[in-house]
This record gives sequence, C-alpha cells and structure tokens, in this order.
Amino acid sequence: MMKSDSTSRLRGLLPLLLVLLSGCQGGILDPKGQVAADEKSLIITATLLMLLVVIPVIVMTLVFAWKYRASNTEAEYRPKWAHSNRIEAVVWIIPVLIVAALAVVTWKTTHKLDPYRPLDSDKPPINVQVVAMNWKWLFIYPDLGIATVNEIAFPKDVPVNFRITSDAAMNSFFIPQLGGQIYAMAGMETKLHLVANEPGTYKGISANYSGAGFSGMKFNAIATPTSAEFEAWVKKARETGTKLDAQAYLALAAPSEANPPAFYTLGEPRLFDAVLHKYMAGRQSMAATDEEIKLAELTRILCETPPSLTLVKEH
Amino acid sequence: MFGKLTLDAIPFHEPIVMGALAGGGLVGLLVMALITKFGKWGYLWREWLTTVDHKKIGVMYIIVALVMLLRGFADALMMRTQLAMATDGAMGVFPPSHYDQIFTAHGVIMIIFMAMPFMTGLMNIVVPLQIGARDVAFPFLNSLSFYLLVAAAALVNISLGVGNFARTGWVAYPPLAGIAFSPDVGVDYYTWALQISGIGTTLTAVNFLVTVIKMRAPGMKLMQMPIFTWTCTWANVLIVASFPILTGALAMLSLDRYLDFHFFTAEAGGNAMMYLNLFWAWGHPEVYILVLPAFGIFSEVVSTFTGKRLFGHTSMIIASGVISILGFMVWLHHFFTMGSGANVNAFFGIMTMVISVPTGVKLFNWLFTIYRGRLRFEPPILWTLGFMVTFSIGGMTGVLMAVPGADFVLHNSLFLIAHFHNTIIGGAVFGYLAGFGFWFPKVFGFKLEPKLGKAAFWFWQIGFLFAFMPLYVLGFLGMTRRLNHTDNPAWNIWLYVALFGALLIACGIACQLLQLAVSVIQRKKLADTTGDPWNGHTLEWSTSSPPPSYNFAVIPQVHDIDAFTDMKEKGVAYAAPAHYAPIHMPRNTAAGIWIGGFSLILGFALIWHIWWLAIVGLIGIVGSMLARAYEKDRDFYVQPDEIESTERAARLQRESTVATPA
Amino acid sequence: MNSYVEHAHGAHDEQHDHHDSDKQTLLGFWLYLMTDCILFATAFAAYAVLYRNIATGPAGHEIFELPYVAIETAALLLSSITYGFAMIAGYRGNKSAVLGWLAVTFVCGAVFIGMEVNEFHHLIAEGHGPQVSAFLSAFFGLVGLHGLHVTAGLIWMAVMMIEVARRGLGSVTMLRLNCLSLFWHFLDIVWICVFTVVYLKGAM
Repeated sequence: MMKSDSTSRLRGLLPLLLVLLSGCQGGILDPKGQVAADEKSLIITATLLMLLVVIPVIVMTLVFAWKYRASNTEAEYRPKWAHSNRIEAVVWIIPVLIVAALAVVTWKTTHKLDPYRPLDSDKPPINVQVVAMNWKWLFIYPDLGIATVNEIAFPKDVPVNFRITSDAAMNSFFIPQLGGQIYAMAGMETKLHLVANEPGTYKGISANYSGAGFSGMKFNAIATPTSAEFEAWVKKARETGTKLDAQAYLALAAPSEANPPAFYTLGEPRLFDAVLHKYMAGRQSMAATDEEIKLAELTRILCETPPSLTLVKEH
Repeated sequence: MFGKLTLDAIPFHEPIVMGALAGGGLVGLLVMALITKFGKWGYLWREWLTTVDHKKIGVMYIIVALVMLLRGFADALMMRTQLAMATDGAMGVFPPSHYDQIFTAHGVIMIIFMAMPFMTGLMNIVVPLQIGARDVAFPFLNSLSFYLLVAAAALVNISLGVGNFARTGWVAYPPLAGIAFSPDVGVDYYTWALQISGIGTTLTAVNFLVTVIKMRAPGMKLMQMPIFTWTCTWANVLIVASFPILTGALAMLSLDRYLDFHFFTAEAGGNAMMYLNLFWAWGHPEVYILVLPAFGIFSEVVSTFTGKRLFGHTSMIIASGVISILGFMVWLHHFFTMGSGANVNAFFGIMTMVISVPTGVKLFNWLFTIYRGRLRFEPPILWTLGFMVTFSIGGMTGVLMAVPGADFVLHNSLFLIAHFHNTIIGGAVFGYLAGFGFWFPKVFGFKLEPKLGKAAFWFWQIGFLFAFMPLYVLGFLGMTRRLNHTDNPAWNIWLYVALFGALLIACGIACQLLQLAVSVIQRKKLADTTGDPWNGHTLEWSTSSPPPSYNFAVIPQVHDIDAFTDMKEKGVAYAAPAHYAPIHMPRNTAAGIWIGGFSLILGFALIWHIWWLAIVGLIGIVGSMLARAYEKDRDFYVQPDEIESTERAARLQRESTVATPA
Repeated sequence: MNSYVEHAHGAHDEQHDHHDSDKQTLLGFWLYLMTDCILFATAFAAYAVLYRNIATGPAGHEIFELPYVAIETAALLLSSITYGFAMIAGYRGNKSAVLGWLAVTFVCGAVFIGMEVNEFHHLIAEGHGPQVSAFLSAFFGLVGLHGLHVTAGLIWMAVMMIEVARRGLGSVTMLRLNCLSLFWHFLDIVWICVFTVVYLKGAM
C-alpha cells in the first residue's frame, strides 16, 4: 500500500513540472531577458544534478521499505550488520562529487549573474534610479529628465542599469521575467543590471514585505519593440508630467497604496543622491565643491520634513 | 499609572478576534470547572505544576507545544482562506492590519512555541532515561526553563486580546520593526516573548549539556551515547552558541525602540543589515536545533522497527557534528539579494551545499538500516518513511536556493515558503510526531491506537503535498510571500489546492486528537506492561512504563551502544540486586512558577511602559531566586523498602504478561 | 551479572552525590559564562560594525579620557586580585578574612561602577548621549552591558557576604563563592577587551 500510493503521487508531480517548464504563464520559468533566461537554465541544471541522488534515495526508500517488510520472511535479516566501510565510502563520496560539481557551477554562475555586473552589449545602457517608497516605486531617468511612479519603459535589447535605494522600509526590486532581484534599503545604494530581449509589458513587484500597503506595491516594466516607441513614451512623460521638485517629492513620499502610474518631469537632478544622503547625517558638513553644496542643501530640505514615517494604518 | 495601556487596546471591534478570545476563554473555563469538579487542583499542583521530574516537565512541554500547534495551525488556515478568497481584486476577510499579525504570529508560534517546546519536551523525557540517569543535572533549573517558556507563550497569547502582535513577519527586520514604522506594542510583544523564552531555552541547553557530560551511566562512553541523545547534544551546543546572538540582537532592537538608540535605524549611522546578519547567525543554527533531534528520533525509530542496529552510528554522530558546525557558516544565504558581491555570495552558497553532504549521508544510513532488516509498519515508521521521501525533496529545493543565481529569482517567493515547510514539517514535525508515538507508551504505560495513528499520518502526508507542492509552483509563477491579496488569475487554482491541502492536514490533526481520546479510553487494551513495547535497544526501555520517579532502581552498567539489547541478549536485563540503596531525589518546588509569573509581569509591564509594575516584576524575580537559594528542604531520599515494593510490582506485572502471551 | 548492578553504599553514596553535584554546578556555570561570552561577542561585533558611524556626533578620541578610564580599569583589576584573596581565605576556612576581602572587592567594584556611571552622566550632559549616533549607541550598549553585569555581580556579592556572615563557609557557600569568582574574573577579562577595543583603539 505504501509503495503504490507514494509512487503514484510522485508520478503525478512529473507532468505538472513539465507543464511548468514549458512555461507560458509569466513567471520566472518564462524568461524574457538574457539574465532571467540564464537563471532559468541554472535552476534546471542544478535540479537535474541533484535529482541524480534524490531520485535514487526516494526509490530506494520505497523499495527497501517494501522488500524488508516484516511479513516478507524471504528477505535476508541481519540484525547485527551495522557497518560497512565500502558503503560508508560510497555514501560520503557520491554526495561530495555532486556537491563539488554544483560548487563549480555555483562559483561560475554567481560571478556571471552578479547583479552588480554591467551586461555586455554594444548598445549604450539606460540609467534608471529607483526609490522604494511607502508603498510605490519612484523611477528617475536622470539622463532624460523624467521620473515616473509605478511604470518604467526601455527598448528591448538595451541594457538597463538600475541604482536602487529606499526612502521607507526595506523592499526588494524584482521583475520576475527579466531576472533576479535586489534589496532596496534606506541610506544604501544597490545596483541591478537587466535587459529585455522580447518586447512586452512585464510585472514588477516588491519581493520583500514592507508593511500594510505592500501587496499593492506593483509596477509595469514595458519593453518597447523599437527605440522610437521608447522615445514616444519619454515624450509622453515629458508632456503630461508635472514637475518633481523637493516639495513635490515630499508630497509623494507620504504613504499611499496601489498608486496608478504617474509621470513627472525631473525638477531636481540630484534627487536620488539627496534621498540616499538624507540618512547619512554628517556627510553634509563635508560638502566642498559647488555640486556637493547643492546636494547638501537639497538633502537638508528633504530632512526638514521628517521622512515618510508612517503610522501603521488602523482601520 | 498604566503606561500606554488603555481600554482601547482591547479589540472589541474585531469580531473574529473577540470570537477567538471567547472560544479560548470558554475552553479554559471548562477545563478549570472539570478540575474543580473532580477535586484535582491539589493533585495538579503537587504532582505536576511544582514537579522537578524531567519526565513530567517533558509532558508539560509537549502539552504546551500541542496547544500552540492548534493556535499556529488556526493561523495557517486563516492565511490559506484569505489567499484563496482575496484573488482578482477581492480583498478577502482579513485587512492587512490583522492579516499581517496572523502571518507573524504563525511563524513565531510554530518555531518558538510549537517546535521548540515539542523538541525540548521529548529531550526532557528521553535523554536522562537513555543515558541511565535519575534526572537532569539541575532539576529546578529545568522547571524554571519551562515556566519561562510558559510566560513567553502567555505573552504572545495575551497580545491577541490586549493590544496587538507584531506586523513585521516573524523575522522583524528593521527599519520596519523600528519605532518609526511600528510604533505600537506589537514588536514589543515579539521581542519580550522571544527574550523570555530564549533565556529558558539557553538554560535548558546548559542543563542538558552538563547532564550528558556528567551523568551518563557507568561504562557509557561518549561515542556510545544513543543517537537521539547525541543529536540533542549537538542541538544544545548550537543553542548555547546561537541563542545569545538573538538575545543581543533583540536587546539592540529594543534599545532602538525604547531609548532612541541607533543600532538598526536608517538614520544617524545605524545599520539595518547588521540585524539581518545577527538574526540569521541565530536563525540558521536554529533550524538545525529543530531538525537534528528529529534526525535522532528517526534513527531510533528506524533501528527499533527494523529490529536492527543503526547503520553507521559513528558516522551519524560525525555527520550531525559537521552539520552543527557548518550551520554557523551559512547565515548569509538568507539574504544573497542584499548585494554582498559575487565572492561572498558564492562562498556562502557553496558552504550551504556542503551541508547537504552529511545530511545525505544520514539518509543513506537510514536506508542501510532498513536494508536486511525486518520492518514493522507501526505509525512511527510511517512518519519516518514519509520524512525520507518528503525531506529529500525539501533538501533538494534548499540546495537549489543555495545557488545565488537561482536564489535571485526564488528569494522570498512562495518557493521559499514551500521549501522550509518541506524541511520543517517533513523533517522536524514528522520527527516529533514519530517520537510522540514511539515514546508515548513509555511515559503513560499504554500505546496510542495505531489505526487512527496511521490515518493521521496519511492525512498529514497527502495534505502536506497538496498544501505545499502548489506553493513551489506559485513561486515559479512569480508569487512572493506575505501578500495580502493577489490579482493574477493564473495563481488562483494553486491557491485553492493549497487550501484543500491545509484542510487535509486539519483532518490529520483531528485524527490525532481522536487518537488520544480513543487511546485513553482503551488504555487497558493498549497497555504496555513490560516497559519494552517495541523491543527497544536503549536504556529507556529497560525500566517500567511509566518509569518510577527515580527512573532506575539501580544505575545500569553499559557495555554496548545498544545497551538494553546487549542486556537482553546476555540475559541480564531486569536483573535485581540483593538489596536497594536509598536514592537521593530533589523535592518539588514552586519557585519556577513564581519566577515565571514575575517574568510574565515584567514582560507585560515593559511592553506597555508600566514602569512601576516592571520594577515589581524585577524585584519579584530576584526575590524568588533568593528565596529558592535559601530554601531549606530541597531534597529527600527514597527509602529501600519503597523501592523494593515499586520494583516488585513492576516485576510482577512484567512477568504476568510474559507468562500469558496475548 | 555483578558488573551490571552497581552496589551502592549509603554513606559513601551521599558524599559522592555532593562531590558530583559540585562539579556539575561548576561546569554548568562555566557553560553559562560561555553563553554570556557570546552575548558580549555580539555587542563587540555591533561595535566593530558601527564605530565609524559617528553621524553628527563626536568620534572616540574626542570624548574618551584615558587617564580616567585607566583608574577605572585599575579598580576593577584590583578587585579581581582581592577576590582571589577572599577565595584563598575561604579555602583556609578563615571567615572574617573572607568577609574582609569581599568587602574590599565590593568597594573596588563599586568604585568602578560609580566611575562608569559618572562617565555616562558626563557624556549625556555634554550632549553625547546614545541617541546621537550609531557609534555612541554601540559604545553605550557595549560598555553598559558590561556595567550591568558588574552591577549584578555586586548585588550577588552583597548577598554572599550576608550568607558567609550568617552561615559560615559550608560546602554550598564555597561553591557559590566559586561561581561568583568565575563570574567576577570573567567580567575582568571582558573589561580588558572593552578597554583595548573601545578606549585604547578609540583614543588613538
């Protein structure tokens, strides 16, 4: 009874996995960019490597349990047999070999897929600065003079360099179909490099719980088929957007949930750095150059109104 | 006068909470009424609450664990219900302000107040018996540890009705857990509950380390200790080395919250990532603290029910040790996504994989214990086989997440949730439930009804697959953890299946409760009169069921790893000496209850900023400790005639059974 | 069969019990100290991570007064020696000498704590409280943790002086004095680390 139940359950799992691997449902097994594709193939390689030992263990468990059941008096019974150098050697060596193989794969892919490593491409990358706020994402295109909330766009095949921070609790910036995530932390800057190789609109989320409005902290990542369409998107942002200066930023930083996409023109080119610096009191006094003094001034304004510290909403 | 505490702290406007409180209150009243009706208060106080007997303390630990299992599981059902309902734009039953408390409480309760006391309870009952000792090294300390746990568990449950629990997730990462984002008392309930129970856990570990180092029966070399005792010992080493880190981290978090320190704040130079590092420097060893004793239970169960010596006893001990040591070198894999750089990530990833080597060795050793054995399919062995299959999958997904490149897309997703439930349920909980059935007859003198036990196993096993395999899928589909509602139609079907699985597990739990009731009713039929119901290998089976308060009339002499099997084979089991010597035993004391009670007062007062009450609590704790230190009547001797009559009764019962085979 | 049954003799057994339980208590206490050691290690780690983060506040060399801390340190180190004398007197069964040395130790410990409280008070009054920067938080956290331990040790010592005065130097009392001895010397060692890592390194 044991055996048949368990094996049929296992068999039930396989087709399910296959359906998933063929992937058409917008998850991490349905990658639309080079990074995500590499991560998917890494998952498959690693899983297959491990199945080399996991499947035999499961099969042996069921076979041994059945063969050596108490009612089977035919089977050999050696109650004192408890040691065998040969078996011990095999059971230590086989996992060691598999882990060694996996370790090599891990070392290589960890460096290749390091989120801080700029992607190789002949196209110049697009720079996007990301600020996680309660509970929405602010995206700043410093080179294009625009900013958006909960929507980003970039042409396909063009690498995107993200600089990420937070003006609230810790979040994790994640576009599942384009590749791995990285934390967004107040007073700290993290980096992420992604590319979309197919046009489309992909879901972006926060993958780290950050309080009451966390579930609605979603954005669209639009990969346009051509750069002309991207230009049109930028133009739309420039034309419809209101100006994002220090005061507008402070208003935006107030807690809000499930924000629809919004566009801004960037009034303060140093906004991202100022958000970073507002948690680094002490830096301001060291300002020496003109640029640094301007940054310190902006930081001071952002600090004067206390950060968007929210009270957990009672209902 | 009452600090932050006002009547508004009681959630009158939340019907679900008030309903739960009323239900819990009714059950409590009913139990108290029954105790009063049967006039059992005196018995309960003298024989149980004030006891220093490791077996009774162990039973009380497990009762707490089972009650908290019900509470934590109720939380789980609420979460699954919410997620099955709040799809496609619907908001479900629980708004974030309540839901976020539920998932936080579920994690804290299941780890700290279900798994830990379950493990500690089994360790309490079994370890002294396995090493042929009459009690633990510090029996009073053992009682104190228990009441610290009770005080902490009480705090968590008080938060249901007075104020609220944390809304931070069970890891309580700052800055979210800092005063700026969590200004209410929730996080304070969390920190003080964990602090109080953490002290209890640390004391328990010290106690049991001294016990196994100093109190083993003559002849039992360290490498001959039974495997469960060994795995508990490794777990205790881990506790001693890791719990103080949690104590330190939570103390810093409290300083940030109470006195505006800047350990983990975003501003003034604080470093929230330091909390993550400290938390997981405790948190990762903690999962081995939970699972190693379970591995020990599986080893005992497999070797007993195959009627065979455990394959590779030494290699098991070494593997457990390697796991324990490596367990301290992998904490960073909980946050590869922090941006530590490729070298650091790769190092911690590979160290994590290395742990799968000794774990794999253990699996093979259990396999080769079954090999050429005679496997009896009693419920404990079903849990063990279920574990071996389930845990293989959980281990594999764990190693997968140890590859940083894979973790970048799996981190914090439901894939992670599936993975750690796969190891903690399929590893630790299955182990504890196997141990529960295995040692139940030792403690109470009758076996658990096997049919309901098997039914419970199948509900749990199949329910587990239905509840958690969909979560792996949802992880692949990009669903992250701690969501309150979703809007992706592709996820819905899997959320429904997971709810169905949770309901199957509920049936399993119902079977277990029924099994307990039926077993008590049929206790005569299920009686274990020999003290050795499973033909066991180790010393706990050499004494009667239940064992006398002094465990062993004569401390046994050990010559083999399977000490009791060795005695049975040489025909010297149950040998009685010509005369008995008096046995020195500790007297019961209520000091642990007092200290635990004052700790509860102290914790509650600190949470609500009622400073005068905190001082009362503190003085009460110190005063009770002093009173205990200068208590005169601390021990007594069991006299030979009493031992003689107890032992004769046990012998007669045993021999009558042997004479009339059932 | 004899080898399976330990023949115990009443009187011998009793002594055996006490001897054993003393060793157990000392081992248990030593293990507890190791957990405390890890707690201090955690506080040191936090200090190591945060000591550069002075934000708008002062750095170590701006606030530490080494001569003052040196006197403080001397008081604590001296108290370890005098506690040693108390233990020697204890083994000789000289009750009044034990009480005398414990009193000296207590005074040294109290001087240490008094000076530390004064230092903290001074810093806070100057506007260098733990709320100013992560460095000061970690400083107050680490030094304060040690100070709390010393305070607990002083309370324990006061209790032991009463116990010795009333009960003399029985085996239980000697065992407790021994545990306190371990505790006191342990705090001394921790202080040497604090002095080196926090004050010496900070003042440089």
